[in-house]
Amino acid sequence: MEYNEAKEKIVEALQKKQKTKTKFYFNDLAKILEEKPRVAKKLINQMIQEQVLEYWSSGSTTLYGLTGTGKQAAAEDEA
Amino acid sequence: MAKHETPLLDQLESGPWPSFVSDLKQEAEKRAKNEKGVEFQIPEDVVEDLLGVLELSYKHGRTHWKHGGIVGVFGYGGGVIGRYCDQPEKFPGVAHFHTMRVNQPAGKFYKAEYLRELCDLWDFRGSGITNMHGSTGDIIFIGTTTPQLEEIFYEMTHNMNQDLGGSGSNLRTPSDCIGQARCEYACYDTQAICHTFTNEYQDELHRPAFPYKFKFKFDGCPNCCVASIARADMSFVGTWRDDIRIDQKAVKAYVGGELAPNAGAHAGRDWGSFDIQKEVVDLCPTECMRYEGDKLEINTKECTRCMHCINVMPRALRIGNDRGLSILVGAKAPILDGAQMGSLLVPFIKAEEPYDEIKEIIESIWDWWMEEGKNRERLGELLKRQGFQKLLEMTGLEPDPRMVQEPRSNPYIFWKEDEVEGGWERDIDEFRKHHQR
Repeated sequence: MEYNEAKEKIVEALQKKQKTKTKFYFNDLAKILEEKPRVAKKLINQMIQEQVLEYWSSGSTTLYGLTGTGKQAAAEDEA
Repeated sequence: MAKHETPLLDQLESGPWPSFVSDLKQEAEKRAKNEKGVEFQIPEDVVEDLLGVLELSYKHGRTHWKHGGIVGVFGYGGGVIGRYCDQPEKFPGVAHFHTMRVNQPAGKFYKAEYLRELCDLWDFRGSGITNMHGSTGDIIFIGTTTPQLEEIFYEMTHNMNQDLGGSGSNLRTPSDCIGQARCEYACYDTQAICHTFTNEYQDELHRPAFPYKFKFKFDGCPNCCVASIARADMSFVGTWRDDIRIDQKAVKAYVGGELAPNAGAHAGRDWGSFDIQKEVVDLCPTECMRYEGDKLEINTKECTRCMHCINVMPRALRIGNDRGLSILVGAKAPILDGAQMGSLLVPFIKAEEPYDEIKEIIESIWDWWMEEGKNRERLGELLKRQGFQKLLEMTGLEPDPRMVQEPRSNPYIFWKEDEVEGGWERDIDEFRKHHQR
C-alpha cells in the first residue's frame, strides 16, 4: 500500500471515531489498513515520524492517536 | 529540619535492615547542602516532596500517583514512564516525576567511572534517585520533569554511548546473567547474545507494534539466575548434550571432607559430615546417579540438567562440553491470566554467532503473535488459547517428547484433513453401495 493512501485511510477512520475514542491499539490501525502487522508497522512508523500520529503509553501498553487529539501527555497532570 | 513531618516513614527505619527511607533522607540532605555546587535543573527539594507524598499515601491508604501519557523522547515509543502527583500544590517538587529506563550493559558490567557519569547526569537533571536495577534489568532513573527528558537522552546517546530501555508494547530491554565473564557454569556467552539481540532488534525495542510487552532473558545455565523461565516470554537457558564431566578424585575429596560442599556456602552452621548419598544421589530428581565403590556414575540419558549435583560439588562435577541452549516460551507474571512458567520449545540449539537459527525462531513467533494476539495478550496467553501445536506449526518445529509437560487430559484427538488418508471427501455412491440409508 502506498504511504499516502495509508495515511488518508488512517486519518479518515480515526477522525470518524473521535467522539467516542481518541486512542487506538496498534492492531486497530493494522485492521484499518487491512495489512499484515509488519507492513502496517512501517507505514504507521512513518506517520509517527511525520507527526500525523502520536504515541500514548500507560507504561505497560502503548496506544496511538491523531496528533493533538484527546488528552495530551503534557496535560496528564490536569484533572 | 525536614520539609514534611514523616512519622509513619520514620517507623520504617527502626528495623535492623537497610531502609529506603534512610537512603531518601540522605539524598534529600545531600541536595540541600549541595556541596558540589550542582545547578539542579529540577526542584532541589524533590526528594523531600517524595517523602511527603509517600507519608500522605500511608496516611490515606491510597496512592497519590497517576501514570501514563508521555512515552519517551522524539521517535522513541518507550523508555520513559510518565508519572504525575495528584497533590501538586502540596508537593510541587514531584508534580511531574517521570521514570526513565536506561538500557543496562549486558551482564550489568560497568566501570565505577561510568556509574559516576550516570549519577552526575541524574543529580544535575533529575532527582538523583536511582534503582539499580529495576526488575526489568534496566538502570532506573526515578523522577524528572518533562523538559529534562530530551536533554538527558541527548547527553546519554551522544556522550555516554548509552541508550534508553524498553517500555510499553515493545520488546523490553533484553537482560542476561553475568555469564562466562565470571561463571564456570555458563554454557554460552550470554552477554554476546544479549548485546547482539539488543542491537539487532532496535526497531522492536523502540517502536511499539506488539500487542503487549515482550521479554527476552538469557540464563547461562539451568540455575537460571535471572529467572528467565518464570519471567520471559522467550527464555534462553544454557544447557549441554553430553556427559557431566566427573573428577572422581575430587568426588572422594568431598566425601572425605577435604572439600566443602556447595563451595562452603552453608558453612555458617554445623550440618554434620557430608553424606553424598543423602545430599546428592538421593536428591537427584530423575534418580540418574549412583555412588558405589568410591565411584560416582551418572546416566546422562536420564539427566535433566537440574544442576543440583554440580552446585553441591562444583570442583568434582562440571558441565558437559557440547554446549548450547534451550528455548522456553510463554512465561509471565499474573497480570491478566495468572502466572505461567515457560514451556519448552527448543530442547537444544547451538548458540553461535550470528545466531541465525535462533533469530528465525524469534521472528516466526513474533509474526504469529502480532497477527493473532489480542490487545494486551502476552505470548503465554496466546499459547494457551490457540495451543502449543499451533506454535509448532508457526515455527516449523517438529514435536518432541521433551516438550510434553504432562499426560494429556483431553481424551479427544483432532486430526487435520492432510493428516488423514483420503481426507474428508468421500464418494457417496461408493458409500451407499455398502450402507443403506
